[in-house]
Amino acid sequence: MKVLVANRGEIALRIVRACHEAGAEAVAVYSDADAGARWVELADAAEHIGPSPAAKSYLNVDAVLAAAKASGADAVHPGYGFLAENAEFARRVAAAGLTFIGPPPEVIEKMGDKAVARRTAREAGVPIVPGSDPVSGAADAERAAAEIGFPLLVKASAGGGGRGIRPVAGASELAGVLATAQAEAAATFGDGTVYLERAVPEARHIEVQVLADGHGNVVHVFERDCSVQRRRQKLIEEAPAPGLDPALRTEIADAAVRLARHVGYRGAGTVEFLLAPDGTYYFMEMNTRIQVEHPVTEVVTGVDLVAEQLRIAEGESLSVSQSGIVLDGAAVEVRLNAEDPDNGFAPTPGQLERFDLPGGPGVRVDSGFAAGQRISPFYDSMLAKLICWGADREQAFARARQALAELRIEGVSSTAELHARLLADPELCEGPVHTRWLEERGDGAP
Amino acid sequence: MATIKATMPGVFYRCPSPGAEPYVAEGSDVSEGQTIALIEVMKTFNEVKAEVSGTVTKFLIADGDEVSMGQDIMEVDGA
Repeated sequence: MKVLVANRGEIALRIVRACHEAGAEAVAVYSDADAGARWVELADAAEHIGPSPAAKSYLNVDAVLAAAKASGADAVHPGYGFLAENAEFARRVAAAGLTFIGPPPEVIEKMGDKAVARRTAREAGVPIVPGSDPVSGAADAERAAAEIGFPLLVKASAGGGGRGIRPVAGASELAGVLATAQAEAAATFGDGTVYLERAVPEARHIEVQVLADGHGNVVHVFERDCSVQRRRQKLIEEAPAPGLDPALRTEIADAAVRLARHVGYRGAGTVEFLLAPDGTYYFMEMNTRIQVEHPVTEVVTGVDLVAEQLRIAEGESLSVSQSGIVLDGAAVEVRLNAEDPDNGFAPTPGQLERFDLPGGPGVRVDSGFAAGQRISPFYDSMLAKLICWGADREQAFARARQALAELRIEGVSSTAELHARLLADPELCEGPVHTRWLEERGDGAP
Repeated sequence: MATIKATMPGVFYRCPSPGAEPYVAEGSDVSEGQTIALIEVMKTFNEVKAEVSGTVTKFLIADGDEVSMGQDIMEVDGA
């Protein structure tokens, strides 16, 4: 197999590694800004796909397809972000006679429309947050809100990943927020459809990793807890979710498998849930791609998720069965971003003057960069992911604290110090925390 | 004749959102402090404000193009 890696940064390198391990060839793509990047250097071949702005390169379907054709690739791995959840892209990859490493386009579409995804989850017997069908005007929304109750959220149907969500505290705010949310959704996603959903206070973000092959095998690879968030963006992720009752763990994982089976899923995917303090859980959304935080799952189960993606794409069966997937220890991942936490998390592009990475037992670093390279302003701010494994959560956290103490990043700001502080925080160490925890304590405030 | 310069590197946008009307058109007047464009830096959108008042005579960079720190964005005929 020859795989076009249609992404950049650490995930591009992650896929190159998986290809090589599987005996496949990897073809990198790069924009002007990414010439000479690490994943380009380590791939077997590389294709230039355009100018630096993502819209003209990594999001340019024609350019990516032309690169696939020119390189003689027979499969395309979209990574995460960019074109990964673009059903039209998946269709065009298939129409070009290539294998899209991901689920069928109809499944991407179904799960990408949040209102349709909710309906689908309900059909599969998976609990959803009480909410409405798409609402049109204020009168419609008021009727729906009366049933749902306040506080509630106005959510864009085309949103996801924490984007396109606006809170409404009480009835008097509803009409105003609705109008803003519709306009914003239309501008951001090209679709102004919104619906209402009850807000679940003090909820945790629990997500289940699933794998499905083309032979009817669907398994879960346990859950991750991604409750440490700032403005609905994940900062720290863990596997397994701390303090989760084993019976509840099984119930949530089974719900995820049920949904994946129901939609005819294929590949690696993640079903996200909200878990309320009383143990009730609700389907939030399904991400039809590999996830940023997938390594925590890999290190606590030994399952190589990207390798499984490649196997599935080649028409093989999963290499693991449900009973063969067992939890071993605990893992934590921190996202090291080129942002300045003391300045409202402002992004800080620049030259990586120094980039000394940590090591030692249980320490894994996934990064697309090396010292001396430029962190460009055109893409997201992630410098690296630090993943630490321990026999238990306490050891995983201790290793992460040590690893952060070893890390030296100069030339750009980073979120390393914030992470070091958080990983020593008694409340987080005690765990679990809910998704508003970080903001409520004033850390990571804008 | 004055030029307005980019205060950060990134991607230059003339409109508040895709398909929307541009902030300012050539030939229109701007006043100091007015938002005239956006620069996207690592997925964060930053407003570019006019440092001078006057009439916009020419855009020196196209919508969606790469912009570097200090690069001239537009020419303004001072009022």
